Amino acid sequence: MSTMSVQTIRNVFSVETGYRLSDDQIVNHFPNHYELTRKDLMVKNIKRYRKELEKEGSPLAEKDENGKYLYLDFVPVTYMLPADYNLFVEEFRKSPSSTWIMKPCGKAQGKGIFLINKLSQIKKWSRDSKTSSFVTQSTKEAYVISLYINNPLLIGGRKFDLRLYVLVSTYRPLRCYMYKLGFCRFCTVKYTPSTSELDNMFVHLTNVAIQKHGEDYNHIHGGKWTVSNLRLYLESTRGKEVTSKLFDEIHWIIVQSLKAVAPVMNNDKHCFECYGYDIIIDDKLKPWLIEVNASPSLTSSTANDRILKYNLINDTLNIAVPNGEIPDCKWNKSPPKEVLGNYEILYDEELAQGDGADRELRSRQGQSLGPKGGRSRDSGRTVLTTWK
Amino acid sequence: MLLTHSHTLLASPPCDAFLRLLNGRPVGEQKELLNKWNEMGTDEPDLSLFRPVYAPKDFLEVLINLRNPNYENGDSLSFRTHLGLIQVPLKVKDIPELKEFFVELGLTTGQLGIDDSTQVPPELFENEHVRIGQKVLAEQDSAAAQQYIRQGSPTALRAELWALILNISSQPEDILYYEQLKTNVIQHDLLVDSLIYKDVKLTASNDDYYFVFEDYLYQVLLCFSRDTSVLGHFAYNSASPPKSYIRGKLGLEEYAVFYPPNGVIPFHGFSMYVAPLCFLYHEPSKLYQIFREMYVRFFFRLHSISSHPSGIVSLCLLFETLLQTYLPQLFYHLREIGAQPLRISFKWMVRAFSGYLATDQLLLLWDRILGYNSLEILAVLAAAVFAFRAVNLMEVTSLAAAEAVLADLSTLKVMPLLQIFLFATVT
Repeated sequence: MSTMSVQTIRNVFSVETGYRLSDDQIVNHFPNHYELTRKDLMVKNIKRYRKELEKEGSPLAEKDENGKYLYLDFVPVTYMLPADYNLFVEEFRKSPSSTWIMKPCGKAQGKGIFLINKLSQIKKWSRDSKTSSFVTQSTKEAYVISLYINNPLLIGGRKFDLRLYVLVSTYRPLRCYMYKLGFCRFCTVKYTPSTSELDNMFVHLTNVAIQKHGEDYNHIHGGKWTVSNLRLYLESTRGKEVTSKLFDEIHWIIVQSLKAVAPVMNNDKHCFECYGYDIIIDDKLKPWLIEVNASPSLTSSTANDRILKYNLINDTLNIAVPNGEIPDCKWNKSPPKEVLGNYEILYDEELAQGDGADRELRSRQGQSLGPKGGRSRDSGRTVLTTWK
Repeated sequence: MLLTHSHTLLASPPCDAFLRLLNGRPVGEQKELLNKWNEMGTDEPDLSLFRPVYAPKDFLEVLINLRNPNYENGDSLSFRTHLGLIQVPLKVKDIPELKEFFVELGLTTGQLGIDDSTQVPPELFENEHVRIGQKVLAEQDSAAAQQYIRQGSPTALRAELWALILNISSQPEDILYYEQLKTNVIQHDLLVDSLIYKDVKLTASNDDYYFVFEDYLYQVLLCFSRDTSVLGHFAYNSASPPKSYIRGKLGLEEYAVFYPPNGVIPFHGFSMYVAPLCFLYHEPSKLYQIFREMYVRFFFRLHSISSHPSGIVSLCLLFETLLQTYLPQLFYHLREIGAQPLRISFKWMVRAFSGYLATDQLLLLWDRILGYNSLEILAVLAAAVFAFRAVNLMEVTSLAAAEAVLADLSTLKVMPLLQIFLFATVT
């Protein structure tokens, strides 16, 4: 079993090196994980997935009267720059008072991100621009621009996002697990959509890498809340049904994003991967998928954090390599329930297909089944999916 | 009954400049404060010269020294009189009486905090309990709500149930009253404001659950200290509000004013009374009203001296008596190693366990405070915690080690502990 950095993975799976993993070697990344974890490729794959479903006439791809997907609209409107520059300008002009967020495709920890609300601020990326220095569209300098969610749900007046850990042991058939102990990351500064504060990253970006340099950063709690705190707060102030619906939707969008990339993923049997999903909830309690991280930070900012990350690694390895034995990549990747630790089964395609695929849509469209809806068959209350 | 005045603990201000207890704010400063009303946490005044007026352990010292010179004990020196710290002979309930008082917490009655756990199918208790709760709310029956909540409140109904039991309904005049208090804060600066800032910064800001609500705490507490309607509770509170005199008129009653205006000097940890409520109410004036009512009904008893069964003195005595009577070996052992149990549990009770328990557990506990209209459950829980950790406590040999065993209560499940202690222990 080996934990490899993203760079090493590139080398291991590169055609040129001719390196082959043997049966008892297991690695913690899929070779082309970037299909999910690069911001531009993730969006591309989801858009492709949606179009395919639409072509098939799948009810999942149903749209409302404004042309918005009913069930698959979970990524903010996004364009690649400079490739889609003209498309973007067209969209921008439809609502000129909107704010957009520019993110470099290949960076992390909030690096290089900025907000714009005027076309002049991104003149550089215009394809027709005579002053453009983007002659080669090298992937290093590619950006995505997304509609900024300027109405995030605020708690205590502050913006936050959710970091959830999802373990994928195989893409085909899809088998994924959700870590129960996700957390919310709060900004240290009060949120304001005011245009005068668009440059203040402490207001807008929740990355701990950024917030910890703020004046008010606290090293005891690190600006983090557990997901169960969030749940308690939302149930107490908004009610149980809308809270359950929110969490159901979050699970849904994670599974859909994985399904979207499953066909293009190199489902190498030596691989498993633990992703860090970043999700923002807006003030209508709608969750948005912001991005997926292939190498979520495993460093800790507080004592609680260290315990959480330790358990995360421990539980991940217990599922990927059960019984602490020498791994054999040919095993069926179905770990016994006892080793799940703080993970819960999020989606198991084999199990789901056993139940009949049309249950999926019936449940999805059904009224407030809630997380306990699918309980009839087995194990108590912890079934995450009400739809299969 | 000899009653002492806890305000003798007031620290004397360090220098003359601080004798201005109340200042009118200049207009520029007023505008500034109004602008940052929603984010006071980010720009507090220089607090380095302030320290809290008193902390729970100071208060405990006062309680330990309480004596009633009128009380005749008789010639026989009772074993009980000398073992605990509290030396005032108040009447407290024993376990049989507690079992009767808290009958709805018994083993055969469904409870939230026990019977809604993941292993129990909701059809057995939870669903029906939720349905009844909704009915109680629909009929706006305050007495029924109080009875109902003894078995715990579903999270989604709690905010409304508490409001119903406390008779809080947000009328326009209530909102107006809150706005007036807010204006008062903007226009005048009180010395006690700095104590509030200091307290929030020392406690809630560092708390894993409550740091998010820091700004709400300032809003509520600054308004609270100016709310003269709170003075009304001194009619049934044996304490009296501290007074200040107009300069040069010391001792002349006609020139006396209550200071702070609400008569309550915040102690270290005071803001923790408000913090859990932020999980339930996010509208400032409602949050304020709920807190104020909780304070004048319950919390004031935790830091004033009286003979009331829910007063802190009775709670301490109840705790010590329960431990001495039902866990005598443990009590004796702890006393021998210089770790009087009350020294550890006092801070839990004074704060009604806020900041010590996980929030969901704390709310289940406070449900029962409202349901039984009594704070005695705090003493019972404190004893139950000692009972739960008795095995480890028997092995410690110092006060510090005992504190360490009891330092982290955040994983405790409150209702099973209470149930086991009251109903499932052989007495």
